[in-house]
Amino acid sequence: MADKRMTADDVAAEVRDGMTIGIGGWGSRRKPMALVRALLRTPVKDLTVVSYGGPDVGLLYAAGKVRRVVFGFVTLDSIPFDPWFGRARETGAIEVTEYDEGMFAAALSAAAQRLPFLPLRAGLGSEVMRVNPGLRTVRSPYAGGEELVAVPAQELDVALVHLNRADARGNAQYLGPDPYFDDVFCLAAKKRFVSVEKVVETAELTGPVQSLLLNRGCVDGVVEAPRGAHFTTAVPDYGRDERFQKHYVACAKDLDAWPGFVDRFLSGDERQYLSEVDRFEAAA
Amino acid sequence: MSATRAEIAVVAVAELFRGDGEIVASPMGYIPSLGAKLARLTFEPDLLLSDGEAYLIDVEGTVEGWQPFRKMLDTIVPHGRRHVVMGANQIDKFGNQNISAIGDHARPAKQLLGVRGAPGNTANHRTSYWVPRHSPRVFVESVDIVSGVGYDNAAKAGLKYHDVHRVVTNLGVFDFATPDHSMRAVSLHPGVTPEEVAAASGFDIDLSSAGVSREPTDEELRLIRDLDPKGLRDKEVPS
Repeated sequence: MADKRMTADDVAAEVRDGMTIGIGGWGSRRKPMALVRALLRTPVKDLTVVSYGGPDVGLLYAAGKVRRVVFGFVTLDSIPFDPWFGRARETGAIEVTEYDEGMFAAALSAAAQRLPFLPLRAGLGSEVMRVNPGLRTVRSPYAGGEELVAVPAQELDVALVHLNRADARGNAQYLGPDPYFDDVFCLAAKKRFVSVEKVVETAELTGPVQSLLLNRGCVDGVVEAPRGAHFTTAVPDYGRDERFQKHYVACAKDLDAWPGFVDRFLSGDERQYLSEVDRFEAAA
Repeated sequence: MSATRAEIAVVAVAELFRGDGEIVASPMGYIPSLGAKLARLTFEPDLLLSDGEAYLIDVEGTVEGWQPFRKMLDTIVPHGRRHVVMGANQIDKFGNQNISAIGDHARPAKQLLGVRGAPGNTANHRTSYWVPRHSPRVFVESVDIVSGVGYDNAAKAGLKYHDVHRVVTNLGVFDFATPDHSMRAVSLHPGVTPEEVAAASGFDIDLSSAGVSREPTDEELRLIRDLDPKGLRDKEVPS
């Protein structure tokens, strides 16, 4: 019986220069931040990041890891804009593929279903079609002959997601209200890694069976990472750390303050990160 | 009782949903959410209210349905029984809306959210907009990046379910019911002059047939004040 437990650094070591990585969650919600932080500690570069973007995108850009972002939005939810993503765009430092949220989902679903594309109305008439010049349309072969967007499959080399619980074999469970698209990210990827708040025995994956979002057939590695979504949400284990998120944004806006943030929170391992977060919270 | 400008705006947003029946109302922003709740408490009791997260809720917050983001995108939006009220960083006379970025897309002067769901919303179901500060920076001759699709682009693309309904601002209510689907004032809020709207808009709006936005009834005012006891509506739209 496969025991797929590994460390966040093991996962990060699987990511190579130029890969396309999908990051689960939505905005500043249930992001696999411990895995992202592990990536920040590697020399990897030129990544294409596919994300319903939150602070994952800004942090990876700030660390010089990103060549392209495939996105429908980048937001921190309670704070609308991520300063690092804004800087990346406004200096022309990265390439982008901008999609409507539904097109993004369709691109992942097409890859998950091994289809070259899925037809969609979203995008027609909008400038998504202009700013993504590679996009094509397709005409319905049935009555009416409607013209639709052929959203191309977005295949991923690696998917990184964060859930609440998993067993050592990779069966994983979300306990919050929203699955986001985490299983679709995994199905669209060649290698699939899930971090969780807690690794438990299979029999302890209790709760509605519908909450078992990932089965072990679509998971290659399991990382136990308590508070591994910090500072984003991982309800019901914890909500967003709004105070820390504000601190991130304040430092990200100020290029003189940023190195101090990196030194304090990102230069060490995950244990140091969490202990600095504790110290930050205690100083409130 | 006399209504504040914010309360006039809440009623104007509620009126967006009149006749919608049992469909999903997705209000983005504070005054739109107050408006949707007011509509449900009064003349549209069958409205389904999205909380912007994974739930359909009633006005008291009781969960009556599950609508996670994937369901929104896979079925609710394309199925079409939805009326969204989105924001707009820019909007033009044909109802094209921009929330993506200001300036050239390749290297924007200001990166905003991204197009989010605007292309899909405007291709699939009724969409209205809420602009709390009507100004020439928002009401522009042409938007920098078409996120939500306006009437001219919808016609070119042959969008058969395109339905941009109205724009509500702190100054008035606007629709596109002109022969060429350019923006027209339906009503100006009490105390707002046509000159004020013209000065706050970067393109010509047909103001010829504008009425006056209706005042809330005493019952509506009571409901609004119950829904928003802290008066957050007045922060979004000062009187």
